[in-house]
Amino acid sequence: MVWMIEILQYGFMVNALTAALLSAIACGIVGAYVVVKRIVFISGGIAHASFGGIGLGYFLGIEPVICVIPFSIASALSIGEVSRRRGLSEDAAIGIIWAMGMAIGIMFISLTPGYAPDLFSYLFGNILTVPHSDLLIMLLLDVVIVILVYLFYKEFLAMSFDEEFATVVGVPAHRLYLLLLCLVALTAVVLIRVVGIILVIALLTIPATVSRRFTDVLWKMMVLSTIFSAMFSIIGIYLSYLFDLPSGSTIILVSGVVFLLSLLMPSRHILKY
Amino acid sequence: MKSEVIGLRDVWVYHDGLPVLEDVTISIRSHDFLGIIGPNGGGKTTLLKVMLGLITPERGEVKVLGGDPEGNRRHIGYVPQHSPFDHDFPISVMDVVLTGRAGQRLFGRYSDQDRKLAHDTLKMVDMLPFAKRQIGKLSGGERQRVFIARALVTEPEVLLLDEPTAGIDAHIQTEFYEILKKLKEKMAIVMVSHDLTAISIYVDKIACLNRRLFYHNSKELTSDDLEAAYQCPVEFIAHGLPHRVLKEH
Repeated sequence: MVWMIEILQYGFMVNALTAALLSAIACGIVGAYVVVKRIVFISGGIAHASFGGIGLGYFLGIEPVICVIPFSIASALSIGEVSRRRGLSEDAAIGIIWAMGMAIGIMFISLTPGYAPDLFSYLFGNILTVPHSDLLIMLLLDVVIVILVYLFYKEFLAMSFDEEFATVVGVPAHRLYLLLLCLVALTAVVLIRVVGIILVIALLTIPATVSRRFTDVLWKMMVLSTIFSAMFSIIGIYLSYLFDLPSGSTIILVSGVVFLLSLLMPSRHILKY
Repeated sequence: MKSEVIGLRDVWVYHDGLPVLEDVTISIRSHDFLGIIGPNGGGKTTLLKVMLGLITPERGEVKVLGGDPEGNRRHIGYVPQHSPFDHDFPISVMDVVLTGRAGQRLFGRYSDQDRKLAHDTLKMVDMLPFAKRQIGKLSGGERQRVFIARALVTEPEVLLLDEPTAGIDAHIQTEFYEILKKLKEKMAIVMVSHDLTAISIYVDKIACLNRRLFYHNSKELTSDDLEAAYQCPVEFIAHGLPHRVLKEH
């Protein structure tokens, strides 16, 4: 723990650790839904498409993280609606919106005069340079996510388990599904600073997948994956500080190693039955 | 006269331009126990989904308890064929049954009354000891009883069952039909099945569906009906069963 006190003397480290904790809340809760509802690639599509919002932000001269919120929500809603059309596979819809979003982002950036600073950090994340203003946005999005999941916990559970049956008993399942995709979009925004657009999918899936091996109860899975995600980020930040490595990919590789280790050990729910 | 719970009039459904249901008319009344047989791909599941308002027919009229199906399907208990769920989903038997109450009140938690209903229903289908078990860790027969409980906890006026005994051992099937026999006192039941023997023992009325519905509001089908539905002569032996499906011929 001595290293902790040592590095906390740097202001940027305090920001980085705060960002790690704030992002852990969003990806622990929403990641659990992403994994159990099996919408990993839809979420990947939403995260990548949000790059269009970054580009738009550069182009309009607005803070990209703010611009990315409406853009990623729009991509989430389009994936959710388009994939419901008959005669169009969900797979194809994901691929199209994924690529369109990124193309729009690159187009806007090339139209913006001059050099695009920080572009690399949006793609691959750089938790060591998170500014104060972004922490505030992350906190706000966390609050929105926690409140919505608290309010709709039983409806989300019914919808995730069996959408058709939920519809029959009077749960507005499709609208809740779209709301869930919007939460994924907000989580992607929270995670952009930490691991970057390209690696968002790792923090949405790895902590939740590891937690699933310890519990059969969804809310416990959310709590556990929040803890795992915070641990992965803090260890990753420390290692990247120690060895001067890129923070985003260090966090993901730490997560990946823990995931592999979790496969080796007998988990609770495997032992139970 | 018993009141109508579900009524279909001249219903046509198409998938990709091809008819799946042709001119189907049927009236299900309270306390009816109707069995629907028919070949695979004959539209049996589609028919149930039309009753539930999950599929809107291109032509014809669907009434559930006198209103439109979307508005009144809360009063239908639905047991789908191979519920399309993920066996690894982190949810307990109790929570699966409670999802039947999820549409009662949006926001917030289940009420004590919801929990009591779920508890009593699980008890009725003899699944109370498994209440805390994860849903994937059940046998096929146990799981089917949980899905029945999930449908019953909505306190339905009519129960729709889609191939409820597929993949379940024979002795468990018998238990299962005994549960239905009890339920028949309280509600109408519509069961889609391949199991002609069971149908001939337990149900009161039979319909045969192959895009068109052959139904005489009784337990009898003519061999002409069956041949028309299956499009080949059907060998049908009513071997000493308490009731017969076929008329003497």
